[in-house]
Amino acid sequence: MHAEKEIHFRDAAAKALLDPQLRANFRRAMDGLIAKRLAQFPDPRDLQDLRDLSTAIRSRSLLCLPELLEQLEASCAKNGIKVHWAETCEQANQLILGILQAKGAKTLVKGKSMVSEEMHLNAFLESKGIEALESDLGEYIIQLDGETPSHIIMPAIHKNKDQIARQFSQKIKDAKYTEDVDELTAMARKVLRQKFLDADAGLSGVNFAVAETGTLCLVENEGNGRMSTHVPPLHIAVMGLEKVVARLEDVAPLYAILTRSATGQAVSTYFNLITGPRGEGEKDGPQEVHLVILDNGRSRIYADPQLRATLRCIRCGACMNHCPVYTRVGGHAYEAVYPGPIGKILTPQMEGVGVRHDLIHGSSLCGACGEVCPVEIPIPEILVRLRREATHEDMGSTVVGKGTGRTASEDWAWRLWAGVLKRPALYRVATWFATRFGKALPASAPLIRNWTQSRTKPVPARRSLSERMRAEGVSHE
Amino acid sequence: MSSPNPSAPDSRTAILGRLRAAGDSGPLPALDTAVLERRQWDPAERVTRLRKGMEAVHTEFLDAKSDTWPAVIRVFCEREGLKNLLYGPTSEAGSALAAAWAPEGPQLKPYDRPVEAFKQELFGDIDAGFTGTVGGVAETGGLLLMPGPAEPRLMSLVPPVHIALLRASTIQDSFWSAVKALGWGRALPPNALMISGPSKTADIEQTLAYGVHGPKRLIVVLVDDLK
Ligand code: SF4
Repeated sequence: MHAEKEIHFRDAAAKALLDPQLRANFRRAMDGLIAKRLAQFPDPRDLQDLRDLSTAIRSRSLLCLPELLEQLEASCAKNGIKVHWAETCEQANQLILGILQAKGAKTLVKGKSMVSEEMHLNAFLESKGIEALESDLGEYIIQLDGETPSHIIMPAIHKNKDQIARQFSQKIKDAKYTEDVDELTAMARKVLRQKFLDADAGLSGVNFAVAETGTLCLVENEGNGRMSTHVPPLHIAVMGLEKVVARLEDVAPLYAILTRSATGQAVSTYFNLITGPRGEGEKDGPQEVHLVILDNGRSRIYADPQLRATLRCIRCGACMNHCPVYTRVGGHAYEAVYPGPIGKILTPQMEGVGVRHDLIHGSSLCGACGEVCPVEIPIPEILVRLRREATHEDMGSTVVGKGTGRTASEDWAWRLWAGVLKRPALYRVATWFATRFGKALPASAPLIRNWTQSRTKPVPARRSLSERMRAEGVSHE
Repeated sequence: MSSPNPSAPDSRTAILGRLRAAGDSGPLPALDTAVLERRQWDPAERVTRLRKGMEAVHTEFLDAKSDTWPAVIRVFCEREGLKNLLYGPTSEAGSALAAAWAPEGPQLKPYDRPVEAFKQELFGDIDAGFTGTVGGVAETGGLLLMPGPAEPRLMSLVPPVHIALLRASTIQDSFWSAVKALGWGRALPPNALMISGPSKTADIEQTLAYGVHGPKRLIVVLVDDLK
């Protein structure tokens, strides 16, 4: 299965780099986030211990994943939460549509959920005549413009307040133009409060699902998550199948490292634990709670012992905040639901390493992502592995699209390289020419051009190392 | 429509089958919780830490004693010109408040009906909500709440001001130790939560704005019941 649709991160990134406004918006935001995260970890020992513990918890959860998912399902059932399973996004969308239609729901308010972005749920529901409204302020802002999130935690980070002020004054009824952040926030509050009040159903993601107690944990600052899950009569939660952990005790360190890594907060405003629909005697809360567990390629990632680490991710976004590529080009250049380093390893594994080989190569492998990741996902190593997978069909893996990322020119270049290296005489002639005439080669020569576009052309040494060694009498053996 | 979920059993089997086929890969790594156990303070320090953590995110504190807190709340309501205060008439804190409340001035409103009969009023006419707490968290600052029949979930969410009663002696070291102390790891009510401040967002240019969806102000009435 070869790429039907080639997407070029390089082109999109080049375009983004020419947008000074975008670059300024990201630079400011990312610098702030980096500093705030650092301030939350004053003691390197505490940080390392917390990372080790969090990594161990996530690894344990993955080791027992099928058992934990079954336990979660049983605990939820006991609590009155109905669990559904979806292998694909299409199935998940249909399931949600079915649940909504069974209740005659026409409007849905949404708390933030990246999995629902993965499913393109909003567009799907709109096509079926159901209004799906984002209520997280950032998500609301981008939905008004028909955009996608540019960051998994701060979806509207690419916009500045002038842009939002203009947008609100055009798109919100009776809104006046203001650049005051408090006033802008108040406008959104007013619109959305009415929506919460009227909505037939609410949807949310899940940060952690606890198998033992059947609890869905939601982390948020705004309160829209609580509004979406407690005000409407029906609550649907969606989660990737990797989100489960064994015990509520395990959630404590994960939560502690999540908020600190994500936004540099020791604690979020709300940490909401949902263990069931409206209980006996309760006066509010939804009458029905459903949990949709989505696979969408995760079980395939799970099958590979090295790539499985991808599923430890707790979606904190720290890897993107610290990525020298992401901070310069922003989230949209990736043309993927999950941007930044985690997106670079996740998207190709979901969509195919061939179609998305642009992403696996769009990294300098500087290692910053792996260093800040709270669950120690070796993102650079996984990138290197996926680069190999993209050009090799024969690695015995389950990676989608393996071997489909080869290009003719690359193949040709490697073959030439191997041919020369295998023949010492030819190699000597080639290096002799390269050292004597390499300097004269114009920077605009084909192939070399790719490198010299944004760098100076390297000047080859006048004599190769082996020539010098021979001249200085160093033995080869 | 009999079941909204026709393909579910197959998907479930297929997903679990694939996960099982991936096989078990090695022993479970040990969990070293020393970093969590290091987080310990004496009761007075816990109060200071909680307060510092929560004040940093705009929570306001009112100091009170075991017998003065209803009066402290009343003074606050009058000073702020709140015309009413939503409370749970059957909760411990709610009934104590009602018993001490004088009929004139700010009105106590009971949350005693299903929300369906109360939604418009709740969203439109309530100035503040009053709830108890089941504890606090010293490490980061935070209140622990267990909404339920006596104190419905929306009391701490919908009114623009949330007033919460916290007894200093119930403050735990960390969320982790609170989970253990409260037995939350074994059984949880349909809803439980931690709240550290008023609702906030930084979605516009990383600029903090308070009161985006939930309460604009969080007032903690801190009862000093330490010996
Ligand atoms: S890969 Fe690590 S740093 Fe990146 S979002 Fe996931 S948990 Fe956070």
